[in-house]
Order: sequence, then C-alpha cells, then structure tokens
Amino acid sequence: MNTSGIRAQFPIFKDNSLVYLDSAATAQKPQCVIDAEKSFYENENASVKRGMYKLAERATEEFESAREKVRSFIGAKSANEIVFTKSATESINLVAKSYGEKFLKKEDTVLLSILEHHSNIVPWMQLKERIGINIEWVHLKNGELDMEELKSKLEKFSPKLLAITCASNVTGVVTSYKEITDLAHDVGAKVVLDAAQLVPHREINIQDIDCDFLVFSGHKVYGPTGIGVLYGKEELLEDMPAFLGGGSMIQEVTEDGFTETHLPDKFEAGTPPIAQAIGLGVAIDWISDIGWEAIEKHEEELRKYAYQKLSELPFITFMDPAVRGPRSAVRSIGCLSFVTNGIHPHDLTEYLGSKGICLRAGHHCAQPLHKYLGHTASTRMSLGIYNSKEDIDKMCEAISEAYKFFLGENAIKSTTSK
Amino acid sequence: MNIYAENILEHFRNPRNCGEMQGATVDHREENIECGDDLQLFLKIEDGKIEDVKWGGKGCAISQASMSILSEELIGMSEIHAEKMTKEDIYELLGVPIGPRRFKCALIGFHTLQNALLKAHGKYLQSWVKTMDN
Repeated sequence: MNTSGIRAQFPIFKDNSLVYLDSAATAQKPQCVIDAEKSFYENENASVKRGMYKLAERATEEFESAREKVRSFIGAKSANEIVFTKSATESINLVAKSYGEKFLKKEDTVLLSILEHHSNIVPWMQLKERIGINIEWVHLKNGELDMEELKSKLEKFSPKLLAITCASNVTGVVTSYKEITDLAHDVGAKVVLDAAQLVPHREINIQDIDCDFLVFSGHKVYGPTGIGVLYGKEELLEDMPAFLGGGSMIQEVTEDGFTETHLPDKFEAGTPPIAQAIGLGVAIDWISDIGWEAIEKHEEELRKYAYQKLSELPFITFMDPAVRGPRSAVRSIGCLSFVTNGIHPHDLTEYLGSKGICLRAGHHCAQPLHKYLGHTASTRMSLGIYNSKEDIDKMCEAISEAYKFFLGENAIKSTTSK
Repeated sequence: MNIYAENILEHFRNPRNCGEMQGATVDHREENIECGDDLQLFLKIEDGKIEDVKWGGKGCAISQASMSILSEELIGMSEIHAEKMTKEDIYELLGVPIGPRRFKCALIGFHTLQNALLKAHGKYLQSWVKTMDN
C-alpha cells in the first residue's frame, strides 16, 4: 500500500512529526470527509424530511443516500434496517432500552464477554437495575473467548440475548462472532454485535453473520463524530417501541397521545446528524475504494511489525499473555496494549505525547477486562490505514527513551541483564 | 514536559518516608480508579503535631513524587496547619505546571491527607470536590 499517498489525503498529517497511534479511540479524517460536511453546510443545508422546498429535498436525498451506502457497506437487506444514532454507544442503549424492556423480563439472562467496552456493559447493567435481568460473563482462554465456557453458559442459563464485541479495543483479538451468533441462535437467543472496533479493519456482511443487531460508530471508520449506526433485523425493529420521543418519530400526536411512525424514522427523533451521516457515506465510499484486501494486508503487516518491535523491549509486558506473534493463528486487529514495568501508562503517554506520538493510556473503558487480566491500566497502540513502520520505529525509540528518563540510565541495563 | 522536573523524577525514583507504621494515630487509603493510583497514608499525631508520616502505594510519577514531597513537609507540622493546606500549597511544593489532565495525580496525596485528618477526629470523609475547594 502506498502509505504516503494515503497520508497525503489527511490534512492533519501536514504536520509531518505527528505519529498517530490512537485510531481505536478515533480515526483521523481524510479531506474528502471534511469537504463533504463543509459542502453540505455551504450548499445544501436544510432540515430533512420536512420542507417542501428544493433545498430540503436535496438534503433529504443526500441523507437517505448515506443510509443506502451504509446498508450496502454492511450488506443489510433493507435501508429500513439502518438507524442513524449519535454513536455506537447510543445504538446499544437503544437496543437495551427498547428491545430489552419490551422483550426481556426479570431473571432472563443476558450473556456478555469480558472483552466488552463499558458501552456494551453498562446499558445492560442499567437494564438489570430497571427490570432485574441476570448478567453472565464469558471469559478468555489463550487470549480468545473461551468457547467451551460460552457453550456451557448457553446451555446452563438459556440466555435471551448475547451482547458481544467483534474485536477487543484492548487486546485487538477478533472474536468468533459468526460462530457465536450461530450458537446463540441454536438456543433461541438474540445477538447484539458491537462492531465499532472491527468495522474500520475488516469487511462485514450481515447476511453472512445473521446477527440480530449490530452497531458501529462513524468516527472510527474515518467518518465524522456524532454519527453512529444501528443495524437491526427489520421484523425486530418493527416490533420494538421508539427509543427517544420527539419530532420525526411520530405518525400523529393528539391531546390524548401519539402513534409511532414507520422505520427507520421511528428511532430517529429530533433533527438527525445530517452532515455527519453524509460525511459517513463519503468515508464508506473512500474506504471501499481502497479495498479490504489492501487494508487488511497493510494493517496485518504493521501489526506484526509492531508486535515484534515491542517484544524486543525488555521492560514491556503485553496485557494479553496469549501473545500473538507472527505465527499465531489468533485473529487480531492492529491494537496492542501493554504495560511498561515501573512506569505508569499516564507518565509514558505524557512523555510520548511531548514528542508528538499519540497513544492512549488508562483502562480504555474496559475495566472488567483490565481487572481480569490483572492490571489497573495499560498503554495502547492502535493502527489506522495511514500508519507506517516508521511510526512504529519512532514509538519504540521514544518508549526506550522514556524508560531511561523516568527510571534512570541504569534501569534499562539492569532490566536487559535479567 | 516541564511537569517532570528533576525534583519530581528524583522523588519518584527515591520516594521518602515509604513504608508502614506500627501504632499510627490514623491510617487512610484512597484510590483513583480512573488511573489505578492507590495510596495509603499513616500519620502519628501527638499533642496536635504530626510526629511521623509513612506511606505506600502505586501510581504515576506525579502522584508518587507529590506524596513523597508532601510527606517530608508534614513531619513536624501542626495538625491545624495541615488541615488548612490548600491545593495551591501542593502545586507550590511541586513547583511544576499541573494541567487539567494531571491534577488528580498531583492531589491524590493531599486528598488522602485531608481524609486521614478527618478520620482521626471521627469526622465524615470529604469528596474530591471538597478537596479541590480547599
């Protein structure tokens, strides 16, 4: 892949010294996405689905065309199955509140995995507080979800719903989401997949996976912030009550009550994120033009390189002990978390930040996983399409410098000699 | 990077008054779950004066250095004086610019101290918000 050609499309990399390794938090935006949002406000801005004037018609067309792009991107059957939200988080909350409160009841089990981000944990805990569902967990075996534990919990608890990530935002491991979906369906459970981390890195095909719900956010896939996607099977969405109340989601409002409108408007109360949806559509076109094969090849090569270079640093411990070296069969996205012995992640990333190298530190909104793996915080390196081996080299060099800076020249020698 | 001045790094590498204390007047522990910082503070107070300080825990260079520097300052200080300390006093002791990303690191030792003193008198512990108002 021509990384410099890709980088040239991102205005933020005009600053040559920037080493951005935090794409799992949010991806940088190519010029075409920025232009699309700007152009909407300059040339087409109007509220959608309302005005009888030309401008409003164009805005509506653009907005709906973005929905169609998302549909095609993930291979959904109908555009009615694509709901625009503000984030993947909101999408999960929508399912937990709307589907959860109508179709789950006290003591029904929801099965989560220990890999989940807080956004796929807390909405279910809130549902537990409201209606008294039971939450069960699947843990890890050799870095991957323990499929034996999953099967035994499916049998033991007959969960009504599984909410599982497609890829960990900490260790980068890709789960067997298709197999999990099949196993869950065998016991009659519905499946919510959190694809926020996977979507920027791998092709998704809903028809192939057959999950019931899938969520992702725009900003991680090189699109704007403020836009998220909920995919839901049409028959499920039809039976679910509206999430937020307000304009656009109603058929009729009288002094006595209201009736809900059709899909997908039923779940899009209020003025939607129009420019953001259009920007997401452009991001999808952009990523599709590059092609999944090229993206996967480039990122996998970089991930292995990063793994190897980080492994060479004697004071680094990977968060996930089931390390994924070049010959590992475990599938991963380009996301590696580690701890540096003796240096707190916040100190390390503050140091790296001062050199223009951006990595995330903390628990990455995955406290249960950190606790399970025996750490309170870690440093995370995550890759995007625009990263190069040079970025990894600069990062590793700066980590070594940081080690000497914080612990003194002798510290590195004593670690190496161990 | 001014935040990691030589005195901060020196205290981080060689923290003062670390350890546990037998027969402490009070001991108190605070955590910052957000970062995983964890501090335990032991105070020996006699006739209204802090006679000895010991502490232990883990955290970033700023939190460790801040507690180390504060521990040196506290030994021999009157309890009343310690109670009246403010976050500005801590920032002054550290002598480095503390931005919004790191104030909790800089102040977790101070927060632990404030609550240890309250606990010594059987009073209710205070929140971070109150510590920040001090």
